[in-house]
Amino acid sequence: MSTSVVVNHVTKRFKVSNQKTLKKLLVNATKGRQLSDSFTALDDISFTLEQGDSIGLMGLNGSGKSTLLKLISGVMAPDSGEVLARGRIAGLIEVGAGMAPDLSGRDNIFLNGAILGMSEEEIHRKFDDIVGFSEMERFLDREVRSYSSGQFARLAFSIAVHTECDIFLMDEMLAVGDQPFKRKCMKRIRRLKEEGRTMIFVSHNPKQVVNLCDRGLVLKAGQLAFEGTSEEAVRALGYSLDDEEDD
Amino acid sequence: MTASVATDTDPLGPLVNPGRIGGLGDVFRRRYLLRLLVRKELRVRYQNSPIGFAWSYVKPAVRFAMYYWIIGLLLGPRALENRPLHIFSGMIMVTFFSDALSSGTKSVVRNKALVRKISLPREMFPVASISVSVYHMIPMYVIAMFGCLITGWHPDIWAFVAGGLAFGIILVWGLGVALLLSAMNVYFRDLSNIVDVLQTILTWTTPMIYPFSAVKDRLQGAHPWIYEAYISTPLSNAVLLNDRAIWLPSVSHRRLALQTELPSHLFERGAVMFLVGVLFLWFSQRVFSRLENRFAERL
Repeated sequence: MSTSVVVNHVTKRFKVSNQKTLKKLLVNATKGRQLSDSFTALDDISFTLEQGDSIGLMGLNGSGKSTLLKLISGVMAPDSGEVLARGRIAGLIEVGAGMAPDLSGRDNIFLNGAILGMSEEEIHRKFDDIVGFSEMERFLDREVRSYSSGQFARLAFSIAVHTECDIFLMDEMLAVGDQPFKRKCMKRIRRLKEEGRTMIFVSHNPKQVVNLCDRGLVLKAGQLAFEGTSEEAVRALGYSLDDEEDD
Repeated sequence: MTASVATDTDPLGPLVNPGRIGGLGDVFRRRYLLRLLVRKELRVRYQNSPIGFAWSYVKPAVRFAMYYWIIGLLLGPRALENRPLHIFSGMIMVTFFSDALSSGTKSVVRNKALVRKISLPREMFPVASISVSVYHMIPMYVIAMFGCLITGWHPDIWAFVAGGLAFGIILVWGLGVALLLSAMNVYFRDLSNIVDVLQTILTWTTPMIYPFSAVKDRLQGAHPWIYEAYISTPLSNAVLLNDRAIWLPSVSHRRLALQTELPSHLFERGAVMFLVGVLFLWFSQRVFSRLENRFAERL
């Protein structure tokens, strides 16, 4: 088995600039005001995942989960330390970010597929599967702006779960969609897991984490507070497996 | 750290930094995405409103009419032969460059949803923006060709060289400027105001509306430095080269026009300007890569 993701002494600081324009920068600089504040979102985090591991990333709001996920996906760069990954990264993070409301559902499948890294040939090959999964055949030629939020999520989701990848990232997904669709998604995600993909799953839902993940990480104020099995991680965070109703 | 060292034989390839993507090379590798982004841009701008499509031609047409009639009145008998063609050959260059400046500068911020959330070569956005601007040049070139045909255009081989060089110059400079300013615009959102001012300056410091001889006569002897500066901007070079390509082959006293309406060493200057542009593009790309690291959190 080979190493899939390495997070090595990663620290991420956010600089909050007090000015968004050149004008304000000049004004603040001449008046001797402080030009930026910074806070540490992630503080010296290290862990390693093997190919096929599935891990739940837990923590309270603002603990740095999403930041960590963005570093692994490559959207952000760490200030110190390094993130390494092997193979193609995709996932259910921010599904729908690439949707163009003025284009039809059909065009959006191509555009979004390409944004998520699919080749033209790959999209053509998977087009029918994506449409079938979304059950949106009838609305395919309508502009996406006319979709309901549920329909939008269905389409975005279907595209995202059909990208070929070795590392699959998920951030608070399954918040939208009706029960049958949610169930279908969970089934699909389980299959991806069985196929040996590395999975990183950010969630507040202890049941989902225990269900899907072998391991759990708990972040607290940007630091790695706990690492162990997913059940232990849920307990370490003080969450209960019973107090949230879900499928 | 206890991570096992990556074996080179791993079927998934080596362990790499997931944020490494970027650079113009990666944009080229993902040209299918680039094509779709350009198509989306064109479709959103045009297909959904035929009036929007018309507007993008009404505006330059009105500008052209103003330059032609009003400046023509002021110039009186000193006006150039085939002046419409002269204005138009300059306008192709200037319109492209201002388009590249204004939409290129906004390109990254406009796509912030993608930049913040999905790992992509971010150069994709300025490159897509420039591609759209290039696309807009096509009808202008067609109109210019039509103008050439009715005025009697007799090009030599150098006319084509000049046209190609003019296009090359504004392409590398336009892309360089778009990369540089789009990255800076993430940090300073009022940059577009400065760009507006820059656009006005550019329009009037190129020999498009007025003949080049007016500048040459007044500045070359009296203020040689200002003259040098004037003919050393990328846009002036592109406009003058395009005049050489489109306008000059249409006039009757070509030899005379070559001396009065164009600077000396036109091609040498153009070649240098192109090479400097390539260097500038490289520099802009470097700056873009540096600034790009914090795009996601700044947007």
